[in-house]
Amino acid sequence: MVLGSIFAVLAYFATAIFVVGLLYRIWLYATTPAPLKIPTTPAPVKRSGVLIRMAKEVFFFQSLFKANKWTWLFGWVFHAALLLVVLRHLRYFTEPVWLWVKWVQPFGLYAGFAMLAGLAALWVRRFAVERIRYISGISDHLMLLLLIGIVVTGLMMKYVVRTDIIALKTFVLGLIYFDWQPIPADAMLLIHLGLALALMIIFPFSKLLHAPGLFFSPGRNQVDNPREKRHLAPWAAALDAGRQKGGGE
Amino acid sequence: MADYDTPSITAPIDIPVLKKRAMKHLSPFAAAPAHQEALGFPGELVDDWQTKAIDKFAELLGKSRALQVYMDSCVKCGACTDKCHYFLGSGDPNNMPVARQDLMRKVYRRNFTWAGKLLPWLVGAEDLTEELLDDWYTYFHQCSQCRRCSVFCPYGIDTAEVSMAAREIMDHIGKGQKYCNEIIGKVHKIGNNLGLPEAALINTLEGLEEDIEEETGVPVTLPVNVEGADILLVTPSADFFAEPHVDGLIGYAKVFHQAGVSWTISSYASEAANFALFIGSYEQMKLIAERIRKAARDLGVKRIIFGECGHAWRVAYSFLNTLAGPFDFLDPGYPIPQHICEFTYDLIREGKLTLDKSANDHMTLTYHDSCNVARGSRMGDSPGGQFEIPRAIIKACCNNFVDMAADTIKEKTFCCGGGGGLLTDDLMEVRAKGAAPRMRALQEVVEDHGVTHMAAICAICKSQFAKVMPAYGFDMDSVVSLHQLVSNAIVLDGQTTDPAGKTSTA
Repeated sequence: MVLGSIFAVLAYFATAIFVVGLLYRIWLYATTPAPLKIPTTPAPVKRSGVLIRMAKEVFFFQSLFKANKWTWLFGWVFHAALLLVVLRHLRYFTEPVWLWVKWVQPFGLYAGFAMLAGLAALWVRRFAVERIRYISGISDHLMLLLLIGIVVTGLMMKYVVRTDIIALKTFVLGLIYFDWQPIPADAMLLIHLGLALALMIIFPFSKLLHAPGLFFSPGRNQVDNPREKRHLAPWAAALDAGRQKGGGE
Repeated sequence: MADYDTPSITAPIDIPVLKKRAMKHLSPFAAAPAHQEALGFPGELVDDWQTKAIDKFAELLGKSRALQVYMDSCVKCGACTDKCHYFLGSGDPNNMPVARQDLMRKVYRRNFTWAGKLLPWLVGAEDLTEELLDDWYTYFHQCSQCRRCSVFCPYGIDTAEVSMAAREIMDHIGKGQKYCNEIIGKVHKIGNNLGLPEAALINTLEGLEEDIEEETGVPVTLPVNVEGADILLVTPSADFFAEPHVDGLIGYAKVFHQAGVSWTISSYASEAANFALFIGSYEQMKLIAERIRKAARDLGVKRIIFGECGHAWRVAYSFLNTLAGPFDFLDPGYPIPQHICEFTYDLIREGKLTLDKSANDHMTLTYHDSCNVARGSRMGDSPGGQFEIPRAIIKACCNNFVDMAADTIKEKTFCCGGGGGLLTDDLMEVRAKGAAPRMRALQEVVEDHGVTHMAAICAICKSQFAKVMPAYGFDMDSVVSLHQLVSNAIVLDGQTTDPAGKTSTA
């Protein structure tokens, strides 16, 4: 139960950091003014067009596809697989398991391997391509290592050293309902969980902020209508005040 | 001659092997104290420049969502690494957009992130040392702010915004660039980049009027400061004297004449260019833009039309309404502002111009999309009009037109190599090397389709090409103004000479 308590506290802590940290960042992006219209053109001239542009970026990585087909392939496979795996994991948080989560289950299992393949290929690039090697820092390597660690321990539990998944789910549901339960003392599970919690803690302080960042990127989310509609940031509007008083008109 | 080599363009340009710090030796001349102080910047590096720089950095992060989001979002995926013309031409890894940004991002991490404050070695965080500041000065002046990398970035990170912010910070600690800051000072004082005063401007334009009448027999006017004219033409001052720019200006005058509209140039706002964009200063950019507003007000015009200039059109199209609007005193029936290409294109569509294409038969044309027009603005009503309208005009004026390779035009166009405040002789080496990808694309259509000339709609592109093309084996006059083609083809009412029979400047 000591182990369960440690992980319970860790889980609450990581979740709090993740949620509060991310919300703070989103709040910061949302409230920082964008003084000028800088969409990368050609850009949509209506809000609806921007939604389509953003959807293509979020779901299909359109710009990355233009840039480099290999990077796109590895990156897209990893992210798509990650989504399936995360959805699959909802079965450990819900009782009874939602129907659509059951449907995702078989895909989610294969996705674990796709995720590993994508991550491995992305990591190989960081060594094999001179330009990417040059720009890769220690943290860029460690981030991939962390993700690979999570995937490998996950796959190990599923296919090699199986853990007591019923007990794990009891532990997780106990966290949700504030009724702490013991956690199975399997090394693989504890490493898997520990790394996943570490990822959540790192998220709001690292390049993983690219996830919320994309939605706030002015180059992608602005409507191309500067001639039709005057765009003015609050701090820039203050400069106009001077003009009306004595700006030589 | 030059003590550097320009890349070979006889074969496709490969992604270069990294040559670390190959371009480190090339920094632009520093602004003199007088140039700095004229813009309200410190004359020389201030004593506590590190603190001041970080304070300014913090201020900019709070003022610009783009900067804040871009600093956080890069994952170093490498999508941009082979997209910059300066990297392709030089092989210096600091000219890869991600590495260029990282010069700034490592200072961001060190000063504004927990990870960078606690574990700088882990995340590549660094203090802004004198050495790093020196790298900023070098490499943020080897970026032409062309935005090509931003097209390919999965998060739309725009290195132009980053280099503008870096230059803004450097200006505020007294480390400005001579070329841009001296020019901005001239605009504030005299009204244009060249420092061409009213009398000289009028004199120049009268000379052009005589040339046109001599050539065509038609008295086409180039009016200055005419109160009550319908249209204010704001054009880059290079159009008043430089080649091939001036041939474009003659083209606009002929189009206005044939359209039967009244128009004028303002000596007060005799400059479309707004170099304050390059130094990232909203305040300076606004001051220059306000001159255009004042000129339009004072002259009582109904419309504003911009001549051929790339970054000027970005500032005009994307920012003018923000910087100097609202323009509720102008005729809302026309776009505010309008591009000369939009104006000419409308006339062509309405069948109001007689164009003799054979006048350009001695040329086979291709078209260079200027980066600020292509990726920072629009023409017409729909996205991509900035690509279609200039091409439609060329095709209406010429029989022979071929596009360059698809990955070198439109939104993927390569910079001429001289944009973003780099069009200065002290940066000649990086200009020449950065032109290589465009020169290679041109070489291909020269070989495959017999292209003889390349049209452009940007004063900087035209000047840059005229200067660097000889190094690549092309004639300096193989770059032409788009409205030069219009000028050649247009048949004015009452014209006495046959346009097809005349010798063009090209």
